[in-house]
Amino acid sequence: MTTTIVDAVKAARESGDYQSVLESIPYMKFLGLVVEPDAAGPICRMPGSDHIIGNPVLPAIHGGVVGALLESTAIMHIMWSHESLHVPKIINLTVEYLRSARVVDTYAQAVITKQGRRIANMRVEAWQADRTKPVAAAHAHFLLPREEE
Amino acid sequence: MDVDPKTLTWAEKLAMMLETGQGQAKALGLALESATRERTVLRLPWQEKLVGNPATRVLHGGVITTLIDSACGYSLMSYFESLPDIATLDLRIDYLQPAEPDRDVFAGAEVYKVTSSIAFLRATAFQTEGDPIANAVATFMLGANAPKYNARQG
Repeated sequence: MTTTIVDAVKAARESGDYQSVLESIPYMKFLGLVVEPDAAGPICRMPGSDHIIGNPVLPAIHGGVVGALLESTAIMHIMWSHESLHVPKIINLTVEYLRSARVVDTYAQAVITKQGRRIANMRVEAWQADRTKPVAAAHAHFLLPREEE
Repeated sequence: MDVDPKTLTWAEKLAMMLETGQGQAKALGLALESATRERTVLRLPWQEKLVGNPATRVLHGGVITTLIDSACGYSLMSYFESLPDIATLDLRIDYLQPAEPDRDVFAGAEVYKVTSSIAFLRATAFQTEGDPIANAVATFMLGANAPKYNARQG
């Protein structure tokens, strides 16, 4: 039997390395996301590459992909914060696009704004070279799976 | 292909743009299902690499976000019958139910209001028409990258 996501999260809680959790989620791996540990929660880095471009004229990263980075970062944060061994379900997401995202490394970090028993309210920000100039921000709600085991 | 681009309808041109396109739309294999001034529908073929939860094989929400954002962009191109200079201002999505594994996903978007500088859109993603898996509203800025932009008013 292959390693399940639950096993990957348990191992990550021991080692502090969440990259294997991320890589067990196909779409996050497809985007080439890299987890960079931080005391305030995982920072997800998305390397610039041709396949994430939305507007080839500018060029700029696809707005949907920026949304996907923000959502993925929120998911990783929830799993890192010991709120869930499973991938939480997204309920809704509002993305604000603040600046054109150039095709370079893009970073994102999430905070849990409000943590209920079943629902997590998240705020996520994405930035490029300068953290004080975010390229996008999101609010999202996630449904936390009922605890396991 | 030996096609005279002058004889193509705008919808056929958009379909060709997607087919021969690049970037994320190509990486996802997005295809144009239909395009009218009223509504534009894109199709995302099912792919294992787009899964967001390996335990359930449900697609990642971000894939749906990208599909919907693309459908909105193509819907604006259908509306204006041009390649408008646009930038997404915001996009809000409610994820109503998980996508069923092994089935294609569609997103239909419509432009419901255009002002001199903003376009307002609504969109749904679905696997069966009439049974949405996600509902979205989006606003786009027109003339985002040029100082002057003459939007063709509806």
